[in-house]
Amino acid sequence: MHILINIAAIFFLAMGLIFFLGGAVGIIRMPDFYSRLHPAGKLDTLGIFAMVLGLVIYNLHHFSIEVLLLSIKMFLIVFFVFLASPTATHSIVDAGMRAGLRPWTRKTKKE
Amino acid sequence: MLSIAIPVAFALLTAAQLLNLYRLLKGPSLLDRILALDTMYIDAIAMFILMGVYFHSAVYFEAALIISVMGFIGTVATSKFLMRGDILE
Repeated sequence: MHILINIAAIFFLAMGLIFFLGGAVGIIRMPDFYSRLHPAGKLDTLGIFAMVLGLVIYNLHHFSIEVLLLSIKMFLIVFFVFLASPTATHSIVDAGMRAGLRPWTRKTKKE
Repeated sequence: MLSIAIPVAFALLTAAQLLNLYRLLKGPSLLDRILALDTMYIDAIAMFILMGVYFHSAVYFEAALIISVMGFIGTVATSKFLMRGDILE
């Protein structure tokens, strides 16, 4: 049982890390601003969710009321990020569209 | 077992932060820089939660909550500022 909980915690932690690193590499590699929003907006949200899920599984191993409250607080942070990250991404896209930034196509010349 | 996994997680998260920092410093437009900051604060929240579990302290979670609220407000305010030239309508 002990080792199963450890394996589950490490699995979710590794999953979150893969999403975080993928988001960072995507931000470096993508060609223009609008396509960079895709890794930045989505992968980080899922990454923090998976990471917190793993840590909560590890935390709830020795159960008590304090640990339960702490886990609820961690999930509240994740819930807030779930609300805030799409809103922030949308407001950045809105600023970009109104500033007149053209989306990237393959035909655009490199400057 | 997790006492090995958490330092590895710290190292990989630091690598992700450094990649984002590269985009923040180099980014061709101002919007790219705002985007990189938006990603960096979410990474910072993850680092703070990891720290709170690693050191068995509850204070780090409060800090993570404050960072998430402040980062969100900062991103929205900066993009509104770029859109109209001032924040208040």
